[in-house]
Amino acid sequence: MQNELTSRLRGYYLSYTGVFVALILLLAYLERQGLPPRWIGYAFLFFTIMIYAAIGIMSRTANVSEYYVAGRRVPAVYNGMATGADWMSAASFIGLAGTLYLSGYQGLAYVMGWTGGYVLVALLLAPYLRRFGQYTVPDFLAARYGGNAARLVGVFATVLASFVYVVAQIYGVGLIASRFVGLQFEIGVFLGLAGILVCSFLGGMKAVTWTQVAQYVILIVAYITPVAMLSIKVTGSPVPQISYWEVLEKVRVLETQIFTLPAEEQARQRFQERADALEARIEALPESLTQEKSLLLAQINERKFDGVTPMREVRALERQRRELPATPEQARVKWGEARHVALERAAVPNHHSDAYPGKTVEARNAARINFLTLIFCLMIGTAALPHILMRYYTTPSVREARASVFWSLLFILALYLTAPAYAVFAKHEIYLHLVNSEIARLPGWISAWSKLGLVSIEDINRDGILQLAELTLNPDVIVLATPEIAGLPYVISGLVAAGALAAALSTADGLLLTITGAMSHDVYYKIIRPQASTQWRLVISKSLLLVVAVFAAMFAAQKPATILSMVAWAFSIAGAAFFPALVLGIFWKRANKQGAVAGMLAGLLVTLYYMVRVQFDNITWLGLHGIGMQPWLEVQSTSAGVWGVPVGFLVIVVVSLLTPPPPRETQELVEQLRYPA
Amino acid sequence: MQLTQKHVEYWQKNLRITAILLAIWFVVTFVASWYARELNEITFIGPLGFYMGAQGSLVIYVVIIWFYARYMNNMDQEYGVHEGEDE
Repeated sequence: MQNELTSRLRGYYLSYTGVFVALILLLAYLERQGLPPRWIGYAFLFFTIMIYAAIGIMSRTANVSEYYVAGRRVPAVYNGMATGADWMSAASFIGLAGTLYLSGYQGLAYVMGWTGGYVLVALLLAPYLRRFGQYTVPDFLAARYGGNAARLVGVFATVLASFVYVVAQIYGVGLIASRFVGLQFEIGVFLGLAGILVCSFLGGMKAVTWTQVAQYVILIVAYITPVAMLSIKVTGSPVPQISYWEVLEKVRVLETQIFTLPAEEQARQRFQERADALEARIEALPESLTQEKSLLLAQINERKFDGVTPMREVRALERQRRELPATPEQARVKWGEARHVALERAAVPNHHSDAYPGKTVEARNAARINFLTLIFCLMIGTAALPHILMRYYTTPSVREARASVFWSLLFILALYLTAPAYAVFAKHEIYLHLVNSEIARLPGWISAWSKLGLVSIEDINRDGILQLAELTLNPDVIVLATPEIAGLPYVISGLVAAGALAAALSTADGLLLTITGAMSHDVYYKIIRPQASTQWRLVISKSLLLVVAVFAAMFAAQKPATILSMVAWAFSIAGAAFFPALVLGIFWKRANKQGAVAGMLAGLLVTLYYMVRVQFDNITWLGLHGIGMQPWLEVQSTSAGVWGVPVGFLVIVVVSLLTPPPPRETQELVEQLRYPA
Repeated sequence: MQLTQKHVEYWQKNLRITAILLAIWFVVTFVASWYARELNEITFIGPLGFYMGAQGSLVIYVVIIWFYARYMNNMDQEYGVHEGEDE
């Protein structure tokens, strides 16, 4: 029966891929015939969302097992694809290549961290969780550590980590819809919400799984196509993952030439001067602010009536005066940020492939420590994020669960091996064609993206030529603008938008399902009303899904500023809360309830404590002021889990040994996990 | 559940292969990255330190997982485990 299912699935997805490719070709043809770009954007948006909705309606279900774990019938390969789509979020699709462009070798921490975690999943968790075979991660904690205390801590950490993450996805959807289709940001957010709900609401895990497979196909085609075309243009080879190594060599040569040009040095010098001036102004607060105000006022009054200065210039000065910070406190923040930006532009850039660059030995060592701790946190977090672990409950057997982790990582690598190529090709193109060209004659994509505030150019040395130091790129631009950088037709840009949308929607689906699973299954059914009927459980689950989704969309519509570091925090939170308790639960029979609850709480608290104190100095709505602290060993707040995870392990071991061993039934459960029946 | 000699042996073997593979994972991830600056002096396709971070380690991860799945599935059969495809 399984074989028949597999071949039927293959038929479905092959014809689906065929239709999708045909659509791309059709739109490319229509574009040549003069179809305006806006319609291409609409066509991609509506085609893909219709597909997801159709799959959602076809897979609607009222069966609990199908709703939570897709009936445990998903073959390893398809579960791998679904996990890939579930895993790769808007951050992987849009942000990763840009981060690599900006930070070179340092960005590889994300590439390694987000893939190497699967080794831990495969070796330490997936097969055992599958053999246990329930519905959620808190289910496992409750069975292994007897009772609701462990379950509740698990639910709390699941909801905390997943909610932060889902807000970032919905935010990404809003951004894509507003950039490519020209919808208003808030409308884009709620449109994305509809796209998410059509499948998860009707069919739960079953619908989400089959939609995610479809979304994987779209996102991987969309990710690889533009960079493959760029690779053909530059090197003649259609495999960017191989051809970028020779381009990296060329980039190194270009870097060496550009970094030492006299004009570059001059531009950097000017930025340094600006930073110094700002620093002096900050130190002279509050007098410098009043001085600044009166200076501008004098200038305005002097020129307003002299009859020579054009009105435009006077208005600019007036605007400058209006935009001056109102209080010395605001001035400190605003000028501090401006100084930071100027300093970044004043620094000599690093070579793309240089590891741990820095002026001093301390700076180099700090870069290395942060690289390694970030990898550690991302890996442990990967192996502890509930929406990923849940996917391994859906395979038919333990055997398939093991194979499925392999397929997951293989499908994920298709994107992660390509991201460094994106960065290198983009850098090559920009260093070769953009830098040192006349600012008046820059290509069209520069002005198009600078209108959106993602590219900014400032001719600080006024020579009319673009220096590298004068160009600032937002990391998101690299993937989104590559089609234009390579001079490809608009249909490819539409494809990229559809891919980014698929990446964001698929992750949001999986996360929403995890949150509502934890609340409806673990809290409502297992704790509040164990006698609830099957039908009623699904009603509760679906209503919660709706509430959480709307809540997340409202949150995303506020455009929270720190969203990207919040995503990295989700990894540290999940890693510190779950990883020690899950691993010791399987590999150490002596671990008991008291140890696990204490360890999860301790890990969680240490992580949160470090994050908050390193990241924030004031939290106004809690009435906290001056709580900032110096980081320990220079570790950034995004890697807080590096303290929380060891503390979690330690506390579980110590507390377990100080309290009585777990009962006989628990030990038998561990044995059942370890040995196939 | 009555533990037999066979059960103990199965678990020991599992622990051993898990430990070996985790050791490889650790070396590839943390030791290689620690020495990335030194490795960059060597050229293997690209600068070796960069190559490991961008491709080498990723390929090794996938091989580790593939090997573990194959090894354990063979061992399940060897130890007479009948957990069929359509459980």
